[in-house]
Amino acid sequence: MAEPMKIRATMAGDTADIKCLMNHIMETGQRKDAKTGQVIPAHFIQTVTATLNGKTVLDAAWGIAISKNPFLGFRVKGAKAGDKVVISWEDNKGDKNTAEAAIA
Amino acid sequence: MNPMRRTFLKGTGAAGTVAVAIAAGLLKPSGVLAAEWPKASFESKNVADALKGVGASGPVESKDILIKAPDIAENGAVVPVEVTSKVAGTESIIILVEKNNNPMVASFNLSNGAEGYVSTRIKMAQTSGVRVAVKAGGKTYTAAKEVKVTIGGCGG
Repeated sequence: MAEPMKIRATMAGDTADIKCLMNHIMETGQRKDAKTGQVIPAHFIQTVTATLNGKTVLDAAWGIAISKNPFLGFRVKGAKAGDKVVISWEDNKGDKNTAEAAIA
Repeated sequence: MNPMRRTFLKGTGAAGTVAVAIAAGLLKPSGVLAAEWPKASFESKNVADALKGVGASGPVESKDILIKAPDIAENGAVVPVEVTSKVAGTESIIILVEKNNNPMVASFNLSNGAEGYVSTRIKMAQTSGVRVAVKAGGKTYTAAKEVKVTIGGCGG
C-alpha cells in the first residue's frame, strides 16, 4: 500500500522551490533474497507528475536506479505563495499516490 | 480469547480493503498521467541507445549543464545528484549512469515555467560517469561528472 508522501514548497524570489519525499521501496528486480536465492521482483515508481494550480510543470519517467524512498526537487518560475502543488506517482504494479501542498 | 482475536483480524482486514478502495478511487490523479514510460530506453544497455529511446540523439557536449554530485559516494545506493541546466529553453533533463547495467536512470520533462533544475537521489553500481542530457529546441546537449563509488548500490 502506498505510504504518505511529504511536499515542502517555499518561495525564493519569484521562483518556487519544491521538494518532495516519497515512500517507496524502489526494488530493482536485480537483487536476490538471501535465504531463498529467488530474485526479488522489481517494484519501482515509473511515472511522476507534478502540477501547479492544475498545470503540469514536471512529468518524469523513472527507472530502477532512483534510490529507495525517492527525493525529488524542482523549481518553478513565476509561482506565487498559496499556489497549489500536486504531485502524484504510479509504479510498475499500478500502485498510485498523490499529495498536495500550498506554496508557503 | 480466541474469538476476540478472530474479530480483531477481521476488523483490520476490512479496514485494509477500505484503504485500497480509497487509493484506487478518490485519490486518483485528476490530471492526465505522464506520457508512456519509455521501456526500450530503460532496458537498453548503453547510453546512446537509452538516449535514442527518448528522442535525444546526437548529443553535443555543453558547459551550460551543471551537475552537482559528490566526488566520492560512500554508499552507491543513495547518491544525491543536482542538475542545473542553463541551456535556454530546456525542455527535458535526462540522467544516466554510464556503467550501470541499464544506464537510463530517469527523464524529467519540464513545462509551464519549471526551471532547468532537478534534484534527486540515484543508485550507482560502481564508480562511473554520471551523464546528463538536456533537450532544448530540438537539440540535445550533454555533460558528465565522474563519481567514485565505494560500495555499489545495485545487486548484492
